[in-house]
Amino acid sequence: MAKPASNLSKNVQAFGAWVNERMPVGQVWREHLTEYYAPKNFNLWYFFGSLAILVLVNQLETGIFLTMFYTPHADMAFSSVEYIMRDVEWGWLIRYMHSTGASFFFIVVYLHMFRALLYGSYRKPRELIWILGVFILLVLMAEAFMGYVLPWGQMSYWGAQVIISLFGAIPEVGDILVEWIRGDYMISNATLNRFFALHVVALPLALLALVVLHLVALHEVGSNNPDGVEIKKHKDEKGRPLDGIPFHPYYTVKDLFGAGVFLILFAFVLFYAPEFGGLFLEPDNFVPADPLVTPQHIVPVWYFTPFYAMLRAVPDKLFGVMVMGAAIFVLFFLPWLDRSKVRSIRYKGWPSKVMLALFVVGFIRLGMLALGDGTPIQTIESRIWTFYYFAFFALMPFVTKFEKTKPEPERVTK
Amino acid sequence: MSETDLASTQPPENPGRRRLLTWTTGVVGAVGAGLAIWPFAASWKPSAKARLVGAPVEVNIGNLEPGQIMRVVWRGQTIGIMRRSERMINDLPTLNEKLADPQSEVASQQPQYAQNVHRSIKPEYLVANIHCTHLGCIPQVLPEVEAQPFDAEWRGGFFCPCHRSRFDLAGRVYNGVPAQLNLVIPPYHFIDDNTVMIGVGPEAEGAA
Amino acid sequence: MLASGFSLAAGGGEGLEHANINVHDKASLQRGAAMYVNYCLGCHSMQYLRYNRLVEDIGLSEAQVEEFLLSGDQEIGDPMLSAMNADEAEEWFGIAPPDLSLTARSRGPDWIYTYLKEFYLTEDGWNNTVLPNASMPHVLWELQGIQRPITESHTDAEGVEHVEIVDLELDQEGKLSPEEYSDHIRDLVAFMEYAAEPAVLKREKIGIWVLLFLVVFTFLAWLLYQEFWKDIKK
Repeated sequence: MAKPASNLSKNVQAFGAWVNERMPVGQVWREHLTEYYAPKNFNLWYFFGSLAILVLVNQLETGIFLTMFYTPHADMAFSSVEYIMRDVEWGWLIRYMHSTGASFFFIVVYLHMFRALLYGSYRKPRELIWILGVFILLVLMAEAFMGYVLPWGQMSYWGAQVIISLFGAIPEVGDILVEWIRGDYMISNATLNRFFALHVVALPLALLALVVLHLVALHEVGSNNPDGVEIKKHKDEKGRPLDGIPFHPYYTVKDLFGAGVFLILFAFVLFYAPEFGGLFLEPDNFVPADPLVTPQHIVPVWYFTPFYAMLRAVPDKLFGVMVMGAAIFVLFFLPWLDRSKVRSIRYKGWPSKVMLALFVVGFIRLGMLALGDGTPIQTIESRIWTFYYFAFFALMPFVTKFEKTKPEPERVTK
Repeated sequence: MSETDLASTQPPENPGRRRLLTWTTGVVGAVGAGLAIWPFAASWKPSAKARLVGAPVEVNIGNLEPGQIMRVVWRGQTIGIMRRSERMINDLPTLNEKLADPQSEVASQQPQYAQNVHRSIKPEYLVANIHCTHLGCIPQVLPEVEAQPFDAEWRGGFFCPCHRSRFDLAGRVYNGVPAQLNLVIPPYHFIDDNTVMIGVGPEAEGAA
Repeated sequence: MLASGFSLAAGGGEGLEHANINVHDKASLQRGAAMYVNYCLGCHSMQYLRYNRLVEDIGLSEAQVEEFLLSGDQEIGDPMLSAMNADEAEEWFGIAPPDLSLTARSRGPDWIYTYLKEFYLTEDGWNNTVLPNASMPHVLWELQGIQRPITESHTDAEGVEHVEIVDLELDQEGKLSPEEYSDHIRDLVAFMEYAAEPAVLKREKIGIWVLLFLVVFTFLAWLLYQEFWKDIKK
């Protein structure tokens, strides 16, 4: 029995060699997995990168299948979603995987970005990784917004109405621009069709391309870590970082465990709370789009609410839109706003720690305030947190430059 | 795992346990992935709506004259219902030699209750899926006895324009044509003399 | 007319009674389906639910559906459509009665439950504290009886009188006791909850198996992770 087995493995090896002469499979495998050295001190926060890929794959796969059953026409879109929910075998599962996946995508991406803020992952030489990441966030937001329009419920319709109208705030060209985006004098079938095309083809392609670039840039410079120290400074005689371990198998098995925990949470929401109390699937979106009646409570889906709160906090249309746009735009400059001698929050001074904590509180509060009724007190609070959001970035160069930091260690700590 | 000789890493203490865990996790993961594929594959099955359209259809055949054929759609397939004349019924046994399967021995092509010379429940009525068994075209109906370019002694039947397959008026395929199988007889039964139900056989209804 | 500010149970989710439904209770769903067909379907369609789905999901036989639920020339594969003509309906009520396929998802079961308990009669006709001035009459009044509003009036600083409904009292008893009435509409709401998402039955049943599988897988992945990381943690 031993002989045929060794023949088989010989054949497999020969086939591998044949492929490798024509395509660098083995080389890619080594460079990005078995000989890609990641710092050995990754903590919980480092799960979210691989989880984002997992959710992206989920969205692509379920999205492709939903496209098979969905009808992108204003007269049929709503009922085709009900057709998926009721008549297509397992259609409800595929739809909930997609709708739950959308919300989890933002949870994962926000936590992933918070990790970068914590440990200074955007600092030199990782500025491009961060900038590509902000582009990913922008495309993801466009993707999510257009996807939300497709079921053609009341929230789809009026959400589109409000968001597209924001472009009307732009002086001179605003109205023409709004009409151009809608392709009609109101939100209509023309709008639905172009959003469908962008949502299922154009934006996913852009997203994939950006994710690849994000990873290429990451693997060029290597991962940061919770201590914010460069593991490439200390290498063994073969040129391997002393504090690095091969991504495969060590981080693949660790990420596999992380994926398991994530999937448990994901499945729990999917099977037992797919609407998530009206946050993931809003009640009013179970009413077909009606151009004659605006729903009473019109707020965007939860992941847009912090930015929406900023818009509402400003009592001027154009300025409000500018503030909202600036809230994202300012992220591009983050790598140059942080002037600290150290990367990680572990060694930064207390002013940085307090400011980051407040930033997180403010971001969450803004999200909650957007869901409120907009009482005068809530408006004041929204303004305070909006102001703070920008103050966080504006003060960062000074705080990080002048605050007292702890010395960074030479090597990573446990 | 040649990389485990890194300064910070050491070779496994217990390679057997490691191999076992790798395989167990791998197999369980593969089973999970396999199960996860199922809903996606199953979503391609005809939806509840399509199955409903595929529900049995009731057809009134009271107005059908001898020699006439009517077409109805069941599950997207064209079903021909033909009322055969005396002449046509009497012709059927005489054609046996020219046919590929005169006794309707291929069981998949008709329910058992239609495995007879006229391939029907009542000799007078042919109920057949008239899509050609070659590649699914719908044959022309040429019911009369008249010489045809493809057969000087034509006794009436179905002639497929796509690849020249021929069938007699019981849907039996001729020898030497591209189609190999007789036309499919769908399950059906008579509710009364004038009404036929296509999609359900007589035994399912407890009748006949 | 007086300027009225109805506050009881109006608006938002506050003040709604908890419907306490169980969509996995098939007997309750069957009673609810019968109630829906008898009292609601006359005006309110459920265009996204077909009768034969009831056979698959809530344990009715085809014969039962045909005998008790179908009317006129309806077939078992038909959607549950009201026989009412939309134009006529608009003439009678000023607005066509809405389709209720998804109402349990857009309004929530508690809202429907409370709504059906909060009808009252005044000299102007039927009204409701949950949805004031809607054109729907109290179809179930024979079951519940007739409720009358208890009002309090107060005058504000500008001298305008406001009448507020503080409670409803049962003026004329119906066929059912209040408890029985609640049970009946609980069944009805359970049916509407099911109708809004028939997949709920399967979803909540298979979810537990998916979770169990994932827990086993995650435990194995954790063991594997611990095993490999023995190399590093020393």
